[in-house]
Amino acid sequence: MGEFMQEINWSPLWISLKTGAVATAIAFFLGIWCARKIMKMKPVSRAVLDGVLTMPLVLPPTVAGFFLLIIFSLRRPFGKFLLENFDFKIVQTWKGCVVAAAVIAFPLMYRNARAAFEQVDVNLIHAGQTLGMSDRKIFWKVIMPTAAPGIASGTVLAFARAIGEYGATSMLAGNILGKTRTVSVAIAAETAAGNYDVAGFWVVVIVALSFVIVALINIVSGRGMKSRRWI
Amino acid sequence: MSIYVNIEKKFKGFSLQVKFNTESASTGILGASGSGKSMTLRCIAGIETPDRGEILVNGKTLFDSEKNINLKPQQRHVGYLFQNYALFPTMTVYENIGCGFRGEKKLRDERVRDFISRYHLKGLEKHLPSQLSGGQQQRVALARMMIGEPEVILLDEPFSALDGFLKDVLQRDMQDFLQEYQGDMLMVTHSRDEAFRFCRELMLLKEGKTLTFGKTRELFEQPGLVEAARLTGCKNFSRIEKLGSRYLFALDWGISLRTEKEIPEEASYVAIRGHWIQGRDSDGENCIPFQPAEYVENTFEHQYLVQTPGMDKDTVLWWMRPRNSFRETEERQLPEYLYLPPEHLMLLK
Repeated sequence: MGEFMQEINWSPLWISLKTGAVATAIAFFLGIWCARKIMKMKPVSRAVLDGVLTMPLVLPPTVAGFFLLIIFSLRRPFGKFLLENFDFKIVQTWKGCVVAAAVIAFPLMYRNARAAFEQVDVNLIHAGQTLGMSDRKIFWKVIMPTAAPGIASGTVLAFARAIGEYGATSMLAGNILGKTRTVSVAIAAETAAGNYDVAGFWVVVIVALSFVIVALINIVSGRGMKSRRWI
Repeated sequence: MSIYVNIEKKFKGFSLQVKFNTESASTGILGASGSGKSMTLRCIAGIETPDRGEILVNGKTLFDSEKNINLKPQQRHVGYLFQNYALFPTMTVYENIGCGFRGEKKLRDERVRDFISRYHLKGLEKHLPSQLSGGQQQRVALARMMIGEPEVILLDEPFSALDGFLKDVLQRDMQDFLQEYQGDMLMVTHSRDEAFRFCRELMLLKEGKTLTFGKTRELFEQPGLVEAARLTGCKNFSRIEKLGSRYLFALDWGISLRTEKEIPEEASYVAIRGHWIQGRDSDGENCIPFQPAEYVENTFEHQYLVQTPGMDKDTVLWWMRPRNSFRETEERQLPEYLYLPPEHLMLLK
């Protein structure tokens, strides 16, 4: 057992956690920003744009991966442009892990943020306005704290989704040990190679991590809730 | 000090058309639910934008569709007391009141403390709104609104969500508050009692349209329109045939009546409030035989629904008779006749 543990290359875990953290940060700000903009829109354009933003949640991740590859491929205009002007390479790099995970995690953050904003009594906003508070101040001082539990659970869910991302990541970033091999990619690769003990080890790690995350959500979003009788 | 409003706004299946110009410091908007009362307040505060029209407060234009003026709610200096108070749930009492302060930052702390003691909130500074009683919440909302020194305050059904005793307490608090307050007040309510109690002028609203606007007491005395009389709580109406300048025949009630006021040309209805009807033991002018068809026992009054043979089949006359004790039964010395005093007859269009 000790020998097995010594032979384990821990890099997939660190890569997963690092990717998860950065991707969640991106999804957090982008998700909140989009949720705020969407709330202001008229119903029709809101429905259309909401559909577009939610797509990565309902499509197979491989489809997202396909689109990302088309966008960032070095043989295509945008990918080439990024490489030539900013020396910025997404395909087959750790940045690719982050982009793939962020795209897949984004809808969870966005939808949770939006649901949390919708729960906020609009009269709080109107009260703030009649009191002379700027819209910016109302958003950060009134809406965000009131929506905090929903935002927090969205963030945790997005993080969980980001560290578990496989489909889009494997297509965009590939499977380079020490660079783009995340835990989920490692599980697939080790299983394919017949190394069930290593794959099983990573499965245990992911299961434990996921459980901690879900428990965390319940604690955060269940705060202040009393036990109650139900049917 | 005045509020001038003349606005139109269209919705699906509903259109708002409101026009009034206040002269007194306290004005009420009375209407049934869904009549557009709150929408009117929201337009004045700038939360909603009318399609057309003008809104002026103390001579300052807040909204003018023709001149393309539409001040933001933040620039209007209009205080708004929401029905549920809309206190910020994650902020303490101190922070909530601080949000309403508009002056220099360094004066803020002192002002907030001043308002906390003025509104009897000492010791509650660090409490969250959810930890306060209904009365304390209202005082926080008032303090938060008043610390910004609004030019006019709008009260949106301030007592509708409250139960009996607390309502009485808060109404007294509000009365004290309004007595000290120097500016203009506009209150929305569906209760004629609140309108009568708090407002010197009254606008009656029905399905988004202004019915009438006038002095509260005069409106209760002579509403002018059948709809207006209904909104102020009158239940007894009859079509009329004019017999003389002060003499008419009430078609639905089947009696001739003398009126104190001269009957206007356009009047087509007569009405009387159930509380003003009196019992009589002998027949005479403006009297009908008393024949109760139904009886309702209320806490402090008896209600009789009267149907006499001369009356139209679908018409009843409501008579509200104060009671003297709870032991008293409905049969307490019932009169032979009901007298409709000429001075209380309302002539309506």
